[in-house]
Amino acid sequence: MIAHADTIPPARHPLIAWILRWILTTNHKEIGTLYLCFSFLMFIAGGAMAMVFRLELAQPGLQYLGADFYNQMVTLHGLIMVFGAVMPAFVGLANWMIPLMIGAPDMALPRLNNFSFWILPFAFFMLLSSLFMQGGAPNFGWTLYAPLSTTYGPPSTDYLIFGVHLMGISSILGAINIIVTIFNLRAPGMTLMKMPLFVWTWLITAFLLIMVMPVLAGAVTMMLTDRHFGTSFFSAAGGGDPVMFQHVFWFFGHPEVYIMILPGFGIASQIIPTFARKKLFGYNSMVYATASIAFLSFIVWGHHMFTTGMPLVAELFFMYMTMLIAVPTGVKVFNWVATMWRGAMTFETPMLFAVGFVVMFTIGGFSGLMLAIVPADFQYHDTFFVVAHLHYVLYPGAIFAMMGAIYYWLPKWCGNMYNERLGKIHFWTAVFGLNLTFFPMHFAGLGGMPRRIVDYALPFADLNLVSSIGAGILGLTQFLFLYIVVDAVRGGSGKATGQVWDSAEGLEWTLPSPAPLHTFHKPPQVD
Amino acid sequence: MRACRPIATISAGVGAMIRFPALLYRSLLAGLLLTLPHSVLAQGWDMREGVTDISQRIQTLHHVSLFVCLAVGILVFGAMFYTIIAHRRSVHPEPANFHESTKVEVIWTLIPTLILIGMAVPATITLRDIEDNSDADVTVLITGSQWKWHYQYVDVGIGFYSNLSTPLEQINNEQEKGEHYLLEVDNPLVIPSGLKVRFLTASDDVIHSWWVPDFAVKQDAIPGFINEAWTLVDVPGVYRGQCTELCGMNHAYMPVVVEVVSAEEFNTWIEDQRIAMELAGEAAVAARSRDWSMEELMPIGEAVYIQHCATCHQPDGSGQGITYPAQAGSLIATGPVDVHIDRVLNGVVDTEMQSWAPQLSDLDIAAVITYERNAFGNDMGDLVQPLTIFNSR
Repeated sequence: MIAHADTIPPARHPLIAWILRWILTTNHKEIGTLYLCFSFLMFIAGGAMAMVFRLELAQPGLQYLGADFYNQMVTLHGLIMVFGAVMPAFVGLANWMIPLMIGAPDMALPRLNNFSFWILPFAFFMLLSSLFMQGGAPNFGWTLYAPLSTTYGPPSTDYLIFGVHLMGISSILGAINIIVTIFNLRAPGMTLMKMPLFVWTWLITAFLLIMVMPVLAGAVTMMLTDRHFGTSFFSAAGGGDPVMFQHVFWFFGHPEVYIMILPGFGIASQIIPTFARKKLFGYNSMVYATASIAFLSFIVWGHHMFTTGMPLVAELFFMYMTMLIAVPTGVKVFNWVATMWRGAMTFETPMLFAVGFVVMFTIGGFSGLMLAIVPADFQYHDTFFVVAHLHYVLYPGAIFAMMGAIYYWLPKWCGNMYNERLGKIHFWTAVFGLNLTFFPMHFAGLGGMPRRIVDYALPFADLNLVSSIGAGILGLTQFLFLYIVVDAVRGGSGKATGQVWDSAEGLEWTLPSPAPLHTFHKPPQVD
Repeated sequence: MRACRPIATISAGVGAMIRFPALLYRSLLAGLLLTLPHSVLAQGWDMREGVTDISQRIQTLHHVSLFVCLAVGILVFGAMFYTIIAHRRSVHPEPANFHESTKVEVIWTLIPTLILIGMAVPATITLRDIEDNSDADVTVLITGSQWKWHYQYVDVGIGFYSNLSTPLEQINNEQEKGEHYLLEVDNPLVIPSGLKVRFLTASDDVIHSWWVPDFAVKQDAIPGFINEAWTLVDVPGVYRGQCTELCGMNHAYMPVVVEVVSAEEFNTWIEDQRIAMELAGEAAVAARSRDWSMEELMPIGEAVYIQHCATCHQPDGSGQGITYPAQAGSLIATGPVDVHIDRVLNGVVDTEMQSWAPQLSDLDIAAVITYERNAFGNDMGDLVQPLTIFNSR
């Protein structure tokens, strides 16, 4: 590596050298940082779109946006948050932490790693450029339902399709890399059942990615050929079926939900034992529960489609399977509580986010169970109740887990402690903001407010105003978070020790803080 | 054995809830309600009870699952908050050492499974009844199209379109919003009380979804396929709902209004509709048997334009980008008149520009074309007569 550095011509301008270093890097830590920075950028972009449509929804009537632009904002918000924010953030975390946690010197396929990251900026450039095209950006919701997206989609839909293809390639390559790394580069003595749970959940997530991203690619390719090459996959006039699009999409889409949450489960399982100063309760059952959830995620897709006119037996099957997911998910929650039970807990910011994750993800799980009850789903379906449900699973679920992880490992990455006081303020304002935003949506939905509408009947006015105020608060907390992270990188509240947290266990804590660019040249021995 | 006590309490509680859902529900919410502003109360907190047997059974299912979740939540979060307070390092400095127990894992796998089975049984029974579409007394074919509903009474050969009737001024905040803002239509669906009404749903363009919360009927309308649902309403009244599947730009402006009347009133109404159709036929003959002047056609055309065209092409004819082209100075509105007539009558295949031939009368189409060719500074000066439209159909 040192020899490699010598080959860079000395005459190169330092700025160009710096840029090239980040473009050409094959180091897992640097690529992890790239992923994390990129996902935060996308998170802000997707969040800004949410601010735009929450502003419009603050009052009934049309104030700021046209109905079509509202639909574009809703569509891009969903796509960017799912594919641009949550997924790359978790891949970035995997890049940083998996080699450190299993005692590997790097990811198994470093150049592939570089490639899978650098696809993403191009994918999102394509997607976001659609905003400036004639006919506007895609406006049919992130679920891309045909025929609204095929026959009726704006011209920019083709850019969306190619963008999704690129994101899919990136995800598949990233997943392959993670699987190969975990199977081949574990330190001697680290058997599968000794791996940290974050590694386990990512291993399972990576398999989910490999299995479902090609399905999404198939779905959007069929969209493309329906749009331009005279096929009729999703058009009844040519012998196809619009509902088949939904089947294919949700066969991808439901495992995708777990792709976005399983790494979060892993993170909670790392953080809670550290701050409870007690080993994770039921390690084995946590692994089995994760695997069961992943398996069940493939046979519940129909619960997104109960109102499409499914036969009774199919409705019953999907209802029972969906309810069954509550069992392994419950096991995980119970195990986290049991881990905390009779520990010696302290509540630094990572622990706050982990506990917040468990509580509010469980609320999202409860509404998920209610949605599984088919007759009741006929009332909840496509209302704000679903919007509340999915945001409880994704915001205090995936995003809280992610933020907890950043607070937890940031001292290891940059060598400095973050400002604990500001971290706590961030947590509590985020909790306040997100509950103010998303909790009233349950009631709007139960009262009869459909989702994805630009304008609504008068009885929903107060609830929407509350949601919009909450969204504004939640939006502002992101800048506090950014400040805390930048501040920590620039010195924060002092140097961190190698151990960082007094009772954290795992190979990453045996390294100095900040972790040097190259670690574990010699694999550590795990006993 | 101590661990069993809360579980016994829950199962007793669940039993009580199934028997007295409304009572328990009210007593629980009473405390919460005190803390909330009055307007939220008026809107209601709960899933609507509705007016059908099915909607009420669904509300009960909703209550049961809500209370199961609340009970489990109180138990789990209770244990969690207890441990957060009691097992802080400051009060409990020495952590315990236990970290696995197969017995406990089996218990907390089995108990939730049993609770879930308990929830699945009533849901299955209700679902089976919902899916029983047999023996309907009246059948209505509901066709969604961007952005209105088309109702056809297939047994008696009557049909009409149902459009949003909220004025654009209210949507654009230039006028105070009415009580039923966005939930009002020109022609509501009328169905008889006390009879089983079957709804067939279909679509002319994209997927829509027909929903009336008070009936607990939500059925997707899918192009090329027909879905079934049914309701039986005993209480006459006006019930309102909306399209619940994103169907394009004006998804928010596609309300459902159903008027439930007694069986006798329904029969009278059907008769009135028949007479109205005949009168409309006679009026159409009268309209095309004479020439209309510009002064007569322009106001009619403007009214039709505002109701049917303005949401896309805009009241001032400026359009919205390439998807909804401008009328002002457009090639169609300032080009050959037969091309213009063809465009309005037949629309453009696979776009939001639908065929207006089945929806509007000869006079309305003649008037709106005349209006489009002479408003927005187009000033073509030509007149289109209803007879021309009749011959072009």
